[in-house]
This record gives sequence, C-alpha cells and structure tokens, in this order.
Amino acid sequence: MSRAQLAARVRKMYRGEAAPSFLLDLDVEVPPGITILFGPSGAGKSTLLDCIAGLTQPDAGRIAIDGDAVFDSEKNVNVPPQCRHVAYVFQLLALFPHMTVEANVAYGLRDAPEQERRARVAEIVEMFRVERLRARKPREISGGEKQRVALARSLVTLPRVLLLDEPLTGLDTELKASIIDDLRAWNAAQRIPIVYVTHSRDEVDALGERVIALEHGKIVGEGTPREILDAPRRRRLAQAAGFENLLSGTVLDLREPDGAMRVGLADATCEIEVPLGHAAPGDPVRIAIRAGDILLATEAPRALSARNVLEGRIVSLKRRGSLVVARVNCGAVFTVHVTPGAERTLELAAGKKVWLVLKTHSCHFVEG
Amino acid sequence: MNIEALLLSIRLALCVSSILFAVGVPLAYWLAYSRWRWKFLLEAVVALPLVLPPTVLGFYMLLAMGPRGPLGKLWHAAFGHGLAFTFAGLVIASVLYSFPFAVQPLIASFETVDRKLLDASAVLGAGRMRTFRRVILPLSVPGIITALVLSFAHTLGEFGVVLMVGGNLAGVTRTVSIDIYDRVQSLDYASANRTAFVLLVISFAVLSAVYGINRRAGRRAWLPWPAK
Repeated sequence: MSRAQLAARVRKMYRGEAAPSFLLDLDVEVPPGITILFGPSGAGKSTLLDCIAGLTQPDAGRIAIDGDAVFDSEKNVNVPPQCRHVAYVFQLLALFPHMTVEANVAYGLRDAPEQERRARVAEIVEMFRVERLRARKPREISGGEKQRVALARSLVTLPRVLLLDEPLTGLDTELKASIIDDLRAWNAAQRIPIVYVTHSRDEVDALGERVIALEHGKIVGEGTPREILDAPRRRRLAQAAGFENLLSGTVLDLREPDGAMRVGLADATCEIEVPLGHAAPGDPVRIAIRAGDILLATEAPRALSARNVLEGRIVSLKRRGSLVVARVNCGAVFTVHVTPGAERTLELAAGKKVWLVLKTHSCHFVEG
Repeated sequence: MNIEALLLSIRLALCVSSILFAVGVPLAYWLAYSRWRWKFLLEAVVALPLVLPPTVLGFYMLLAMGPRGPLGKLWHAAFGHGLAFTFAGLVIASVLYSFPFAVQPLIASFETVDRKLLDASAVLGAGRMRTFRRVILPLSVPGIITALVLSFAHTLGEFGVVLMVGGNLAGVTRTVSIDIYDRVQSLDYASANRTAFVLLVISFAVLSAVYGINRRAGRRAWLPWPAK
C-alpha cells in the first residue's frame, strides 16, 4: 500500500468542446502539501480533478484517499461526490448567489451541532480575513474576497483532499501572494494533499513544493518548480511555462570546450550562443528564451559577460499590467519585457534602434 | 354578475394550481436533469395541451371518467359515485389541461440554475434532496411563482374542457366562463359584460404580476408569450 494520501490511476476518453478528444491516462500520487498540476489548457487538468471529486467517472482506474478506494472500476466502487470528503474550489468559484457569505461558508457543516458550526465558521472566516463580510451576498464583494470565501467554504469542512482549479485567476500578484500565504498557513496545520491546477508560471514559482506537468492527458514531467520550468521538453509546455520566445534555428558549430554552441536563427540572419546540447552542425533546433531574461539597451553595450548582443529595431510596444511588452526585430523577432519606468527613461518607441543582451544560459535548448 | 360562478372558478383554480405545484415540481426536476434518451416523448406529452383543442382533451377525459372509463370505474370503486360532471372530475381535467403552464416554467427555471452550483453543493456533502431544497428551489423562485400564477390564470379562463367534462351545474361545475357563455346565449349582455370585465381585470392583474416578477428577478422564466 502506498504511503501517499491521494493516489489516482485514471483512464478516461475526454471529449472537449473545442479541443479534439484525447485519452486522459495517468497515475499520480499526491502526498500532503501542495502539489501543482501544471499544463496548457485542454491538457486534462480539470477533468482529472472532476474524476477525483466524483463529478465525472473515469472509464477505468482506481482513486484512493488515505488508502480508501473512492473509485475502483474493477471492484465497481464509485462513491458519490457528497460522500468523498474532497473539497473542490472551482475556477469560477460557484458561491451560492442567494446566500450570505456566512451561509455559504456554513453550507458544508450541516451535520455539526449549532455551537460547533458557529465556532468553526468564525475560525475559518477569521483565518481567511473575510469576517467583516459575513452578512454580505457574493455579488456585493470583490473578486479577491470571493476567492477567499470560496476557500473558506471548502476548508471549513476539514476535507481529506483539497482540489483547487485555478482559483486565483484574475487577481493581481500581491493579492494572490497574500491568499497563498493564508492557504499555506492553513495547510501547515491541516496536512492534507492539495492539488493546485494552474497554467501560470508565476503561481508555480510562488507555490510549488512539487509540480506535475500534464499535456494531452499524460504526465510529461514531475519535480520541483525549477526542474519543470527550466527544462521545457516540448513546445506547448514551453509556452505554458512562460517562454515567450520560442525560436527555430539551425546549429552552426559546436564549441565543446566552452560548453556552448552557435545557432543561426531565421535563416542565419541572426546568431546566438546557447548551452551545448545533443546536436550536430546542421541540425534543426528550437530555442526557448523568457522575455524577462532579455536585457534591452539603447546604446551598443560593451565589455559584458553576456555572450549574445543583438542589434535590432523595436517593432511594437504594448502595456500589459505592470510591464511593457516589446517586440524587437533582430532578424528574428524577440519578445522582451521591460518596466514602464525603463520605457520612459530610455524613450523607447517603435522604430527605435536597440540592442538585446542574452546570457548563454538564458537560452534553453528545446528538443523536438 | 354571478358571484357563485366566480367563487367556484377561483376555488377550482386554487385546487388546480396547488395540485400542479405538488406534481409539477418533481416532474419538472426530473425533466430538467434526467438524461433518459426517451425523455423527449414525455416532454411532448406534457406540452400536448398547448396545441390540442380543449374539446379533444375534454372528449377523452369524458370517456375516461365515464361509468365505463378506467378513471370513472376506479373513482366509483373508491368513492361510490361517478366522476363525470362533478367538481373532482373538473379538477382532474383542469390539471391535465393546465399542465404545460405549470411544468414548462419550472423546467426552464431549474435549467437556468448554474450546474457548477450543483457540483459545488455535492462536493460540500449535500445529497440531491438537500441540493434541491437549498440551491435549486431558492434560485427558482421566479419560475415557481410564474408556474403557480399561470396555472391559476389558465384554469380560471378555461372553457372547452369544463364544458366537455363538467357540463353546467350551478355551484358544482358552472364556472365563470360557462356563466358568461350562458348569459350571452340568453341575450343578457349587461350581465355577461360585468362578469367578463371582472375576469379581464383579474387576468390582467395576474399577468402583470408575473411579468413584473420576472423582470425584477432579472432572469427570464418561461412564459407562453415572452416579454421583450
């Protein structure tokens, strides 16, 4: 018997509305603490959560919590969702619109005696900082407050497993971090497995004890956030992981003593040095670079340790939240993130001549 | 104006809408959430009274309730008298006749309840009954009021079915619409006008209430003539 508190072996033909159908086929074990389920949309993340919660039925497999099977296709076990003690916070939260915050939070506690119910509601609303909203209806509170209420409502039942399906989408980074801190504090006291679904790299960074990367219904990676994010194995995963630049090129030559190789991008109009990979001159390769790892200069930089300095022109600038996305044509087109302050000070504008600076090790070699 | 007929009509309408509520809620729940493949047949049956002439429905009801009809025999065995031309017979026929007016708004409002709320309720430990009581019903209040009011109003205004199965017995089966018809037949237009006007006012008030409630709820419940 495995020691993991949640063990799920699931096979299910999945028919998405937009996505073509594919087979969800995986075997995961989730220990207490936060495990991130990471992958592009349509990878089957939500379907896996639905299977664990009992809202949809796998075609075959076994799902066990603390060793108890809640689903077992061979033994015909299929415990209904209301008896699984699995808490689930949906992406759209699904707070009951006709109930107050307090009634929403107390909803899962109907079996508890009145006094205990009150005490537990009071404790959890304080923990998630929503006590002053108790008498309000969901439509009268903000997005971040709704997310806190949804978490409180799920956790007050003391579930055996917590499933979170992108519960913090649409919140700014600061708010996200504060909610995540509260969740961590709760999890320190209640050591249960938490499965946290996201396609945001920032959340993986902020949360991760352990990451499972999912793509097309299969596990494609498992490890620490760094291991998963820094070693993109496939194109889609690289995009999901926030590698805004995914460039096709050809290996020009290998410099084995330096642990590097030169790659020509966009029909060799632009050359960069990248870490040595399993490739030979002439091989087609793909290089992934984060937009935030590229420096932008308005004068030709000299005497740098970075091996790649590319000359180009700004194609466009777009403000997105607290950063500016610049597209720069250096033969190949790069996406670069700069701050609004940098945009002002450097007087960046479309058409302006700039230099991009890339460290060799910021250029990731992507297979296939 | 014939007060006796008006009171009889109101009593009939009250009986019919309460029975329809009791029967309609579980049936509408089932029709809204069942995935049974032959469900559409039942949906068609429920909607039949919308398109059938009242005389056709009344005719079959009369046959069923007659001394040799299945319903009539059953009733006779249970209560010792026939069903045709009685108030009870009228109630049964009216229930069938107003069925779609109760069930359709209920189905429509149950269906508009967000499925994610039902999932949320389930993962919070609630079974179907509790989910229905605590989530579906409270969120369907406009639909429920619409169903009650429409079945009341529709029963109040029915004519053909009553004439077929009830006949025209004062105080037993002579409803307002029959009474108006009688007055017109005997050329007593003044009296017919008074009763007709009362019926017009009641019906208008009832429908205004329904459209008003649906407007305030901000959600569109099923109405036979949808509001713009």
